[in-house]
Amino acid sequence: MAGPMKMRATVAGGNTDVRVLMTHPMTTGQGGQALYFIQNVTVKHNGRTVIESEISQAVSRNPVFSFRLKGGAKGDTIEVSWLDNKGETNKIEAAVA
Amino acid sequence: MREIQRYRQMVSEDSPAELFEVEGEALWKKPQGPKQASLEKCDLGLGPGVLKGAYAQLPRYFKDADRVMDLETRLLHCMMALQGRSREEATQRVFGNADRPSEMESLSAYIATQSRGMKMAPGLSHPKEKEAYELGRALYFQRTGPWDFACTSCHGEESKRIRMQALPVLLKPEQARPVVASWPAYRISTSAFITLQWRMNDCYRQMRLPEPAFGSDTTVALIHFITVTGKGEPYRGPGNKR
Amino acid sequence: MQRDLHARGQATMDRVVQDGVQRVCTESNDRPPAELAKRLEADQMKTIAFPQGNLIGDWKNGERIAQDGRGLQWTDKPGAPGGGSCYNCHQLSPKEASFGTIGPSLSRFGAIRGNGPEIQKYVYGKIFNAKAYNLCSQMPRLGYSGTLTEEQIKDLVGLLLDPASPVNQ
Repeated sequence: MAGPMKMRATVAGGNTDVRVLMTHPMTTGQGGQALYFIQNVTVKHNGRTVIESEISQAVSRNPVFSFRLKGGAKGDTIEVSWLDNKGETNKIEAAVA
Repeated sequence: MREIQRYRQMVSEDSPAELFEVEGEALWKKPQGPKQASLEKCDLGLGPGVLKGAYAQLPRYFKDADRVMDLETRLLHCMMALQGRSREEATQRVFGNADRPSEMESLSAYIATQSRGMKMAPGLSHPKEKEAYELGRALYFQRTGPWDFACTSCHGEESKRIRMQALPVLLKPEQARPVVASWPAYRISTSAFITLQWRMNDCYRQMRLPEPAFGSDTTVALIHFITVTGKGEPYRGPGNKR
Repeated sequence: MQRDLHARGQATMDRVVQDGVQRVCTESNDRPPAELAKRLEADQMKTIAFPQGNLIGDWKNGERIAQDGRGLQWTDKPGAPGGGSCYNCHQLSPKEASFGTIGPSLSRFGAIRGNGPEIQKYVYGKIFNAKAYNLCSQMPRLGYSGTLTEEQIKDLVGLLLDPASPVNQ
């Protein structure tokens, strides 16, 4: 059961700044914990995939990601989704402010 | 300096602290205890249920308890008075961990965030507030325990660090101000949420002293002393720490 | 303090009773009058039982002890071996970047001061009871408080004075 996600996308100086908070234990498999982490993060702008990334278990629990997209305008739709190593997913959609 | 300020602004928005704030809101509204009441009528100093700006005016004197209280002490008071919970039950687990934060931690996050941008203004006029300040100051200098430590042993001299952790001199307003503006906080290295009652408790542990009671005059006095020294700073929390 | 603190684990309430040194230092803001300081330092010196012979122990063990921050806390097992927490306050081996600055750097301590009987005695004494040399020092009385054993202190003397120790490279 995936925890809450929060996202903020704002347009400034011809770019769209996106900040997204994800809930995930991101455990490394060390110290008796299971290996359980987000592996893929995908970002879509108005339905078109603009970022496809692979991240590792080195990333902290409840990670916060921040990135900048070229262009974009107020009202555009940003979608961030993730897939973890157990096949669980979550996603969030927000309008650019 | 500009880059660190930009970084700080970045991490203050959409910080994992928000997850604790969400949990805190749920706890604030949840009926609990023998009286099956929520905390929504808890008076944190600005009237029952008033949360906006409440954290920024703490610690302060409360007439109904006839003592100075910080946020966590006041929450405990409300848990007992409004919800009918016993001190023992309500303080059974005041400090949590990454997997399960304590009620105090989540509630602190929820309430603190609603003072963002407001100037820290702890109580200064009531005789007991002055007393708490003086007691806090005296405790800050008190050398005791098997290692002869006082707060000053670490937090008494300019530009010192313990291992790689910089140590603010909390006697100086310019160093106390950023501190009071950023507690309680999300601690990145443990993924946990930490509060000032926890910090006082953990300092005493590391000073090789016996444990201070949660919400005791000792802990409240120290928190009050530090907050008064840092007063006037616009609150920026809940913060993020290493 | 008596009312608000309670014993937990090995941290018992007798720890909160101030001794003469703590009282004098608290009252004088760590700046005691010279006369009084000299007298109390002499008293503190009497608490140190200097072992006979060579005081330079095993520096490899000394490095471990210097790195170890456990001992005497309510989260520590009573009676379990603890450390000196030296790196919390001091720079020691050049290989360790994570060091504190509450105390002076001890880098090249033995290389600078030599390692004869006089300096061995000084280092041992300082670690055992730092207040015998500087009454209101922030350095804990590691021997006097029972934090470190005689063997452990000798190993720390080794860390500081042995020419082969990383501290002296």
